Amino acid sequence: MRRKIMAAAGAAALALSLSACGGGSTGNESGGGDGKPYVAIVSKGFQHQFWQAVKDGAEKAAKDYNVRITFQGPDTESNVAQQIEMLTSALNKNPDALALAALDSKAAAPLLETAKSKDIPVVAFDSGVDSEIPVSTVATDNKAAAAEAAKHMAKRIGGEGQVAIVAHDQTSKSGKHRRDGFVNWMKKNAPGIEIVDIQYGGGDQLKSTDLAKAMIQANPKLDGLYGTNEGSAIGIVNAVQELGMKGDVTVVGFDSGKAQLKAIRSGLMAGAVTQNPIGIGYKTVETAVKAMKGKDVKQTIDTGYYWYDKENMDKPKIAENLYK
Amino acid sequence: MSTVQAAKSESRTHTGDTAGRTLSGRLRSSLQQFLAFASLIALVIFFSIASGKFMTLSNISGILLATSVIGILALGTTFVIISGGIDLSIGTGMTLCSVMTGVFLTYLGLPLIVGVIGGILTGAVMGLVNGTLIAALKIPPFIATLAMMMIAEGLALVISGTSPIYFGSTPGFTNLALGSVIPGLSIPNAVLIIFIAAVLAGVTMSKTIIGRYTFSIGSNEDATALSGVNVKKWKVLIYTFAGAFTGLAGVVMASRLSSAQPGLGMGYELEAIAAVIIGGTSLQGGKGSIIGTVIGALIMSVLTNGLRIMSIPQEWQNVAVGAVILLAVYLDMLRRKETS
Repeated sequence: MRRKIMAAAGAAALALSLSACGGGSTGNESGGGDGKPYVAIVSKGFQHQFWQAVKDGAEKAAKDYNVRITFQGPDTESNVAQQIEMLTSALNKNPDALALAALDSKAAAPLLETAKSKDIPVVAFDSGVDSEIPVSTVATDNKAAAAEAAKHMAKRIGGEGQVAIVAHDQTSKSGKHRRDGFVNWMKKNAPGIEIVDIQYGGGDQLKSTDLAKAMIQANPKLDGLYGTNEGSAIGIVNAVQELGMKGDVTVVGFDSGKAQLKAIRSGLMAGAVTQNPIGIGYKTVETAVKAMKGKDVKQTIDTGYYWYDKENMDKPKIAENLYK
Repeated sequence: MSTVQAAKSESRTHTGDTAGRTLSGRLRSSLQQFLAFASLIALVIFFSIASGKFMTLSNISGILLATSVIGILALGTTFVIISGGIDLSIGTGMTLCSVMTGVFLTYLGLPLIVGVIGGILTGAVMGLVNGTLIAALKIPPFIATLAMMMIAEGLALVISGTSPIYFGSTPGFTNLALGSVIPGLSIPNAVLIIFIAAVLAGVTMSKTIIGRYTFSIGSNEDATALSGVNVKKWKVLIYTFAGAFTGLAGVVMASRLSSAQPGLGMGYELEAIAAVIIGGTSLQGGKGSIIGTVIGALIMSVLTNGLRIMSIPQEWQNVAVGAVILLAVYLDMLRRKETS
């Protein structure tokens, strides 16, 4: 009998220490207990400047609404398994609300069911989740943003000519939408513009550089190049620079970053479309707070986008969304 | 296998560059190199016919420049693979080296040459750690360098604070890769750097004791140890030497992008290893050559560039490169069957 009690006590102690470990190793919150509502945010990444800006926005909202947040994301935007791991541990902490930028919405589906069964409201951000469970989706309308890039490209090259696209990938929603939004706008509104090639550089600057160079070599009459994210756009800029073709092709990009801002200032790039990462982070937390209080929230919240170029990039409304 | 048998099998098979290499072995090895070289020429001819835009001076210069980073990585890793090991840490390790170059030049404001040497030394130190883990602690190379791959990836992010480090304060840095020291010839320096690095690696491989022991350890480690060679010491040296190439690749990449990009690098190791294998170096160790690796790296970039010039969709580009790797490994197996 005595042995049994000891064993039970031992098991309890073990379980306790394990759960303590589990709590400590995930996220960077101070351990809770301060009474503030808690929003767990699982993002697609944290390394990229874009996610840092989303995080800044989320932290700002956390302050304004007096909630506690954790913000984590996998090492790369292809590491679905790691994100599922993070999602699991976030749910184990029983947050008051959960925000998720899903890398693979199908892989996340069972965990969303768990959230539902625990009555934890879920807010999707950055890209939608193929599920009924999230109460709201806070994201950029990438197709509309890409169409904006196409509109400016068409204007700059005078409505006719050849254009090529360096995209970041052909499988993710953002990759597809930023490609298709651009292509479709051109088809509909600029019949004189031919899209001669679309290639994918994975957002890797070095690969995108070599890729863009080959495209320019293959299409000597190219009038414009469009890069669908920061790495792709910088690849194009590098290629134009290495080939000594500044001014010969019109370059239009997406997102920001120090190198892209510099290229726009120096005239290497015509301009780019930026999302509103701070807005995404802020609206995500704001919506999560509303949802946990049982208030009605909109099903989709478009956080908008801005075209920026040399002329308007220093205006406060634009500048605050341009990360370096 | 007992050590006596091992010693016997070493004297029987005559692999590698050790003293007992037969004439037929040498012929076969040059045949493999010839095959690789012939495939390269065939690819170049094919793409030249397929597209008039392939065989232009500026595109050829672009191909050579695109070979530089992967090529330099592949040079170092040729030593490791011939010695019977593998190094998975070269991709993210290269990134760590470019971040350290950024630390030396941009954060600390040190002179250009210090940044370059610092970057190369960072690679050598990583190699030293890899070599020590493998030789002294007997951790299998795959595991040791897999762990190092993750450590390097993490450290690159930690040190850079997850954002790129730019080299705006070191004006000459970009010229390191993209400038041209030979007036009148539009060959970027990065191409010269890989050429010099290849000559250096080739001479080290064929004329120095490091090269000889690389082959000897790769063909039969036990026999090499039995003949009185301090295998541990030489293994550490081989990994350290290879690491210096990782460092050089990091510096060249940083120079070409005028920035150290901490998120890059994962996957580059596999491309470098593929170049080594296509060049006829055996993953089993004991066989291979630097010239083969250079040809292998060129085959990879000619293939990628040519398919891009032809506007072949990305998906099929990957399939094509994969098929070439399979073919190269199959040829290597055929060759090995003949030898045994």
